[in-house]
Amino acid sequence: MVTIIPEIIKESITNLVKEGERTDGRAFDEYREVSLETGIITKAEGSARVKIGKTQIVVGAKPQIAEPFSDTPNKGVLMTNSELLPMAAPNFEPGPPDERSVELARVTDRCIREGKIIDLEKLCIIEGKKVWMIFLDLHIIDYDGNLMDAAVLGSVAALLNTRIPQTRVEDGEVVLDTENTVPLPINEKALMCTFAKIGDELLIDPSLEEEDIMDARISIGVRADGSICAMQKGGEKPFKREEILKAVSIAMEKTAELREYLD
Amino acid sequence: MIFVDDKEIVIPGDVLADEEYHAGRGTFREDNKICSSLVGLVAIRDKKISVIPLQSKYIPRRGDVVIGEITDIRFSMWNLDINSPYSGFLPASDVFGKEKRELNKTFDVGDVLFLRVVDVDEVKKVKLGLKGRGLGKFRGGILINITPTKVPRLIGKKGSMINMIKDETHCDVVVGQNGVVWVKGEPSMERVAEKVIKMIEEQAHTSGLTDRVREMLSELLGKESSEDEESFEEDKKASEHEGSSEEDAPEEEEENGEELIQ
Amino acid sequence: MADSNLSTGTETSARADGRAFDELRPFKIEAGVLERADGSAYLEIGGNKVLVAVYGPRELHIRRLMQPNKAVLRCKYNMAPFSVDDRKRPGPDRRSVEISKITSEALTPAVFLEKFPRSTIDVFIEVIEAEGGTRCAGITAASVALADAGIPMRDMVVACAAGKSNGQVVLDLSELEDKEGEADLPVAMMPRTGDITLLQMDGHLTGDEFEKAIDLAMDGCKKLGEAQKQAIINRYGD
Repeated sequence: MVTIIPEIIKESITNLVKEGERTDGRAFDEYREVSLETGIITKAEGSARVKIGKTQIVVGAKPQIAEPFSDTPNKGVLMTNSELLPMAAPNFEPGPPDERSVELARVTDRCIREGKIIDLEKLCIIEGKKVWMIFLDLHIIDYDGNLMDAAVLGSVAALLNTRIPQTRVEDGEVVLDTENTVPLPINEKALMCTFAKIGDELLIDPSLEEEDIMDARISIGVRADGSICAMQKGGEKPFKREEILKAVSIAMEKTAELREYLD
Repeated sequence: MIFVDDKEIVIPGDVLADEEYHAGRGTFREDNKICSSLVGLVAIRDKKISVIPLQSKYIPRRGDVVIGEITDIRFSMWNLDINSPYSGFLPASDVFGKEKRELNKTFDVGDVLFLRVVDVDEVKKVKLGLKGRGLGKFRGGILINITPTKVPRLIGKKGSMINMIKDETHCDVVVGQNGVVWVKGEPSMERVAEKVIKMIEEQAHTSGLTDRVREMLSELLGKESSEDEESFEEDKKASEHEGSSEEDAPEEEEENGEELIQ
Repeated sequence: MADSNLSTGTETSARADGRAFDELRPFKIEAGVLERADGSAYLEIGGNKVLVAVYGPRELHIRRLMQPNKAVLRCKYNMAPFSVDDRKRPGPDRRSVEISKITSEALTPAVFLEKFPRSTIDVFIEVIEAEGGTRCAGITAASVALADAGIPMRDMVVACAAGKSNGQVVLDLSELEDKEGEADLPVAMMPRTGDITLLQMDGHLTGDEFEKAIDLAMDGCKKLGEAQKQAIINRYGD
């Protein structure tokens, strides 16, 4: 179901942006209110609830012992899935993940994987046979713009919150010590920063209406050490090279601010 | 015998009164009792008891004036989203008479219009019309959505509330009975009006609202510099608004928030 | 000490979690918790965490489902993958499909569907953490979400399960009691009239035990019904 944005709304937002303003009074490089709670689901070994503005995502991390992929026999596995629940917006329909949902999961996964947040080699128990597989499930419950940044922030928080049983190998079998849990081996805290392009301007953390009318979008994943680990352009219009470089530079600053919420 | 107080919040299923009373809006009769069907505020007027909903969808009624957006163009009509479970249609004949013209050259998808509900049939098919003073297409401005039941509160007794907002912000304001509000003026004033309207929506069921609105207006406007006032005057002359500037939503009488709450 | 985790029962003995036979687990209900949905509610009972969103009445685009003289009520019950001990694969399974159906049937008698021909009222129930009794929690929260959305109803609907655990008829089975117990009886009702809109039984009960159980469940429902009302009133915080 496509919602048609009234011309009036498109014009009023665009005109305001030309004047250097946003409808909610934010600066172009300002995030909405961010809140983060962890450990909210006891059945999940790691969990977090993240809110950016009114966008809300519940993230659960559940580890399982599984076989590694054949090309990486000594590494644990990360599996990221996202559900754009029909409750989150009037135009989200029930059913298997659609292209938006799949993109969200895959970009979040890439940011975490390439950000080398988890030391996957430390999740290997018996090489080639048994490794930890971490299932990261993103449950989008309220959509008010900018899912990507919320998804990555919530995911990193859930992973930081996750505890797995200690393991030892006896006679070729894996024995779990559920009484003694340890945190996941976390090396880094890469986060994502998303911009909407409206006219010639880049607006960070697009609100719902800004996303509805934007020309294009760019999301940039940045590690704590300042390097870039993921990027994703979205939307049907193009970017200029300078715009992307500008976004990258702002992202480096802003992800550092977001990272403070993880403490 | 009555079991609740005026202005008490009730929920579906609450027993309000016995058979001595008449069942008004938001209530139903069951076994000699009158019960609430909604979450809302009790309104007792003589021997009639009603419940004013705190939340509801707009259900179109003949004679209402509404603000709608064109979502589709068919052979001889436009389809509009009127912020309701029911969409409306505007026949081309209403606009063109007997002449044939290209519909999208007059009104295109995405255009926002001020219309009258001409007819609603038994299955809630809604026929809209543009014949009437002040009806037509909006140009510029912003749109604000509020819960339709709060519209009378926004308008106020004899338009007092909405006129206060218009006067203080120097904006044109049109309120559709379907909960869509159009505001046009100098951009920063539009935002002030928007904030105030949203506040009224949130607090419609409370008392002392008029004073708080007045306070909010002077607080927000005190922040605006006089520079803005000059440039706004020029804008106003140049603006192309087609509709009239006074609120066209007819005043509601009885069982409405406006008289219920302050 | 007995092998099972449950204490041996007499009418007045405490259960594994220390509750009396007719005691509900600790619970809380909140209304209006989501931004986009027309109505919403959040409910916790024991270790259950359930979130419900309602959209509607709204246009129904699937013509073959449309009813000319009333709204259709569509319920979708879903469990988050992380809501249970062993991760659940996302997507509906047969259990969710059944629960969606009976939830819809539990709520329908209460709603004035005739007021909204040719439209749909969609109820989305998400279990984000499960600990026995999620279908009842879902129905109780759904009723609050429907009321929160401004949908006209004859009455609220509230649900609660009773059952038999370790030989004793008890109210509001915990996950453990459900797993190891002898019977599970979820019941939904409209409190004002006492009309029962959901009834399922799983297990083994004598006629007497059944009567005790259903009375316990209906009592539990009444208590939860008061919390439903309070949640709605708190939303408008006067």
